[in-house]
Amino acid sequence: MELDFSPVWSGWNLLLRGAVVTVEVTSVSLLLGCALGLLVGIGRLNPKRRVIYAACTAYLAAIRGTPLLVQLFILFFGLPQFGILLPAFLCGVLGLGIYSGAYVSEIVRGAIQSVDRGQMEAARSIGLSAGQAMRSVILPQAVVRMIPPLGNEFIALIKNSALVSLLTIHDLMHEGQKIISVSYRSLEVYLAIAVMYFVLTGLTTLVLRRVELRLRAGGMVQ
Amino acid sequence: MKNAQADTPPIISIRGLRKAFGEHVVLDGIDFDVQPSQVVVVIGPSGSGKSTFLRCCNGLEQAEGGRIDICGHTLVQDGRMLADADCNALRQEVGMVFQSFNLFPHLSVLHNITLGPRKLRGLTREQADAEARALLRKVGLEQKADAMPASLSGGQKQRVAIARALAMKPRVMLFDEPTSALDPELVGEVLQVMKLLASEGMTMMVVTHEMEFAREVADVVIVMDGGGIIESGPPATIFTNPTQERTRGFLQAVLARA
Repeated sequence: MELDFSPVWSGWNLLLRGAVVTVEVTSVSLLLGCALGLLVGIGRLNPKRRVIYAACTAYLAAIRGTPLLVQLFILFFGLPQFGILLPAFLCGVLGLGIYSGAYVSEIVRGAIQSVDRGQMEAARSIGLSAGQAMRSVILPQAVVRMIPPLGNEFIALIKNSALVSLLTIHDLMHEGQKIISVSYRSLEVYLAIAVMYFVLTGLTTLVLRRVELRLRAGGMVQ
Repeated sequence: MKNAQADTPPIISIRGLRKAFGEHVVLDGIDFDVQPSQVVVVIGPSGSGKSTFLRCCNGLEQAEGGRIDICGHTLVQDGRMLADADCNALRQEVGMVFQSFNLFPHLSVLHNITLGPRKLRGLTREQADAEARALLRKVGLEQKADAMPASLSGGQKQRVAIARALAMKPRVMLFDEPTSALDPELVGEVLQVMKLLASEGMTMMVVTHEMEFAREVADVVIVMDGGGIIESGPPATIFTNPTQERTRGFLQAVLARA
């Protein structure tokens, strides 16, 4: 049997539009995940603040302990039972962002805790509050250390975003399946989609490497 | 000798200070007063509680019992610490220099010094920069203003750390083994800056193993062992005629090494 890529070529504009949606979904959920991860990561720094710590830990356990697909379906198919009908795009972005935030929070916590304790002490010793010390002294150093593991997380997020095609979002995966449904060329179309995901993750890797090099050149790291 | 002015109120007053890490009692009932402009050097074997004692004085360690009054604030009373916000205000008056320098590696030398004044003393960038440059001149590092900490030697880092603490215009300076992490040839430049501060009348508490510095600069030497002060007095007395056997043993061990 020979390969026939003509459905891919004739449907290229569909695939491209799908890729744009994939980029949109992942970018927005990335921002949400980072914001959430920062808050939860900081919330889990101090177990003595019991309520905050417990809430953050419960979130982490629940999200990491259940499949992303189940979480997405709860948002999209489950919430309407309570009359909460969210648009598909919002469900996808919320689901991915909440899921990613759990992993980002551990990256944030690890990076912050890897900054030498003396940095916080020195900052507090000149009279800075804990919050000021965190913003001006600890986080700028921690951010550089977050980049490699965040890169992993971003790439995982791009790939996981294919699941939102099941919420009727017209992302790259969804558009590909549409083409398959009329052409029956599964292998060719899935190969094309794989290449496009590969390009997206590759670009992300390049950008992150640039950012990291720039931060290092700025003298942020010894 | 500045310790003669016993009638002026002390700038640091410590009564019955207690601190334990779990079961391990580190400070067991410390009483001590420091007069304004006095230089107090704390010596003693490692593990005697010297650093913990110093760190209690600006609230980096939380004391569990006793009372600390410093620069007009009651930092600790019956083992209860001042509220966090008031602790921040107090720390502006009590500078601290660490053994491992703890410069902020992501900020230039100048920015290390101006961070506190700009955030807490409300100085504009120009004012803070001018003050920082003056302090750098004082510690002999004016030409390093734009350098990153990683490019400095240990002695230079510690001098920047001193300038950073001074930028808050503290009334008391605490030094926690400021020369212990330095190569021997770099110790002198740091001690020189500390001597300059002492001669200007800064109140200083210094934990150190530099006996020569203690002999030359200290008004009072405190000898600690086992979480308590076993002996204190002018350096001449402590070094030539200590009353305690443990002091004698410690001094012999330290001076034999030199």
